[in-house]
Amino acid sequence: MQRRVLITGLGTISSIGMNIEETLDSLLNKRSGIKKSKNLQSVHKDDFVFGEIPLTLSELKDMLNIPQHEAYSRTSLLAMLAAKEAVDNAGISDINKYRTGFLSASTVGGMDRSELYYSDFLTNDTQNKYIDSHHCGDHTEKVADLLGIKDFTSTISTACSSSINTIMFGARLIKLGILDRVIAGGVDSLSKFTLNGFNTLMILDREHCRPFDETRSGLNLGEGAGYVVLEADDIIEKEGKTAICELKGYANANDAFHQTASSPTGEGAFLAMTKALKLSGLNKDDISYINVHGTGTGNNDLSEGIAMKRVFGENIPPFSSTKGYTGHTLGAAGSIETIFGALAIKHNTIFPNLNFVNTIEEIGIRPETDIITNREIKNVLSNSFGFGGNNSTLIISKI
Amino acid sequence: MINSVYINGLGAISPQETFSADSFLKNIIDYNQKYLEIIPPVYKEYIDPKALRRMSKIVRMGVASGFMALKQANIEIPDAINTGTGLGCQADTEKFLQTMIDNDETLLNPSSFIQSTHNTIGGQIALAIGCNNYNMAYVHRTFSFETALLDSMMMITEGTAKNVLVGGVDEITEESYYIRAKIGHLKNEAEQSSNILNSKTIGALCGEGAAFAVVSDSKTETSYCKIDGVSMFYKPVDTLEIAAKITSFLQEHNLTPQDIDFVISGFNGDIEYDGIYRMINEKIFEHSGLGMYKNLCGEYDTSSAFATWMAANILKFKEIPSEIIIKKPLNKVKRVLIYNQFHNVNHSIILMSEC
Repeated sequence: MQRRVLITGLGTISSIGMNIEETLDSLLNKRSGIKKSKNLQSVHKDDFVFGEIPLTLSELKDMLNIPQHEAYSRTSLLAMLAAKEAVDNAGISDINKYRTGFLSASTVGGMDRSELYYSDFLTNDTQNKYIDSHHCGDHTEKVADLLGIKDFTSTISTACSSSINTIMFGARLIKLGILDRVIAGGVDSLSKFTLNGFNTLMILDREHCRPFDETRSGLNLGEGAGYVVLEADDIIEKEGKTAICELKGYANANDAFHQTASSPTGEGAFLAMTKALKLSGLNKDDISYINVHGTGTGNNDLSEGIAMKRVFGENIPPFSSTKGYTGHTLGAAGSIETIFGALAIKHNTIFPNLNFVNTIEEIGIRPETDIITNREIKNVLSNSFGFGGNNSTLIISKI
Repeated sequence: MINSVYINGLGAISPQETFSADSFLKNIIDYNQKYLEIIPPVYKEYIDPKALRRMSKIVRMGVASGFMALKQANIEIPDAINTGTGLGCQADTEKFLQTMIDNDETLLNPSSFIQSTHNTIGGQIALAIGCNNYNMAYVHRTFSFETALLDSMMMITEGTAKNVLVGGVDEITEESYYIRAKIGHLKNEAEQSSNILNSKTIGALCGEGAAFAVVSDSKTETSYCKIDGVSMFYKPVDTLEIAAKITSFLQEHNLTPQDIDFVISGFNGDIEYDGIYRMINEKIFEHSGLGMYKNLCGEYDTSSAFATWMAANILKFKEIPSEIIIKKPLNKVKRVLIYNQFHNVNHSIILMSEC
């Protein structure tokens, strides 16, 4: 019989909370983390609002008892904090008791340091210690070392869909018996590289983003990290543990339409949702809640909405984008939102789509705008899409 | 356990003449440079000229070598595209970063940002052939290609794919070479590529390249060989642990080190770390032949994709170019193990056999 994959631990850090408890509290109190930036060193700092974690690099190092002179990118520190919480949350004390892997994702790795020191790298030797932390895999190894993981480490980078893909890959490694446990997720820290990139594409909103609203005019950038602990059912049974939810479906498809834009038919998103549903063995009516990618850009929300209508017809399950809370955390978005889905299942709650007022005329669908607590949340579908046409979907379920 | 897969098509762009399918490393070029750069094919034979104009070097060589592999395997649309790249689109990243610094974050063009993401190569291949299937980009140092390969083999084992396009690609730029050379990762001075085994300095002879393969669940007329397994191990404590990991990997495939006819090792000319290959060879592979490949392509995160291309050709053509032989194999080469590591941190092995 094939192994089942369950989620036994969650860990996250973002602008709405330093851990799961604070995050849930913000979600339940409609408290957005988006505001003016304190730490970002950019000429555009005051032009936009961000989902920024209100801690400096040095404060993050202190939280992890890392000496100030040691070279850690902000990306690595955020990943370390969230991954450690996930492992503790899963009640794992002996990490090497079973074959355990760490899979992470990031879009720009240690760019938060490289962009500050790039001129130094080229002209002097003062910041040489940060050269190797530019690598996307650097933060993964920093976390693996912190947790003592040796069996398997790797890193994925598929733009904004990155971290959902680590959860998918981790589940497959467990199902095939290559590993017993995987800590999977992703991280990105705010950087002026991405800020300027998205700014030149003119898809940043200067005000709070309004996903799925007719008047939406772009996304807010955020930062954060999110990791889940995946374990095989036989290991959980052996340990006498209880799981938070089960990972039932997943799929990855490519839109193959444009390097950055989504297709007018939402083909990649349609395929990802359809294939994930098929693998889960669930009917479309079984989905209690969809955490949409919903960035707040004109293109994404329209294309995703069209794809949802193609999959679900006129009976689209309750859905919301939580990017009004956190901003778009890029390589961390998929795993942070999977965590929100797990919290929705655990607390039978749907978290609202902040800042929504007007329905998009073309598609006529409305996200949930209030906290819903009076119904059972059995199955959550979560979407994550990215540049390069990468579209991925996960489905998690109540046990 | 993961099933073996067949390599049914290959494409490689490297510092050697590697894009002809009919011959195998006939005229090996001996370089005396700080880093080895690819010999570009006539790209417009592979890529639409309109798309080509917008592509950086890494995207060009990735897309073109991907197309070569698909064509050889007679596959139009693969069931998945899995790309490994260590540092991704460096030229576009540097261009955007430098302009951002020079212009104080104004007057920026989005195109280099758009093409700077690590999944650009896989995304561009999908876009060009209209492939809506699974598409992944692995970006973990010298595990990048290996993880992409593992994923591909897993898909074939799961039955979710029959033909997967998998490859590794990395580019070198003057800036990134300079930055990595000054921290000792790469050689600071020009080095004779044929002489890396006798190098007296630290740092690797740097290179770049792209190599893609179509791996499939069944043998066809175009099959080169089989890939039987891939494994990675992180920060082993000593060579004993490395030897134990390799031996137990072989055991899982019902093999012993004596069953390996030829070991292709990742010697890169760094006097600090090349000794590991010698020690492993003496410890467990005393009966096997020993070879190298970075004297042809240089060191880069996904160089094992080039090694896979080379091993597949050795198994197909039944000949080993003398330039890569360190110790001659005693037997006809039926089974090859690629062993690569960087700075004794990321170690990987790929097991291949004739079919």
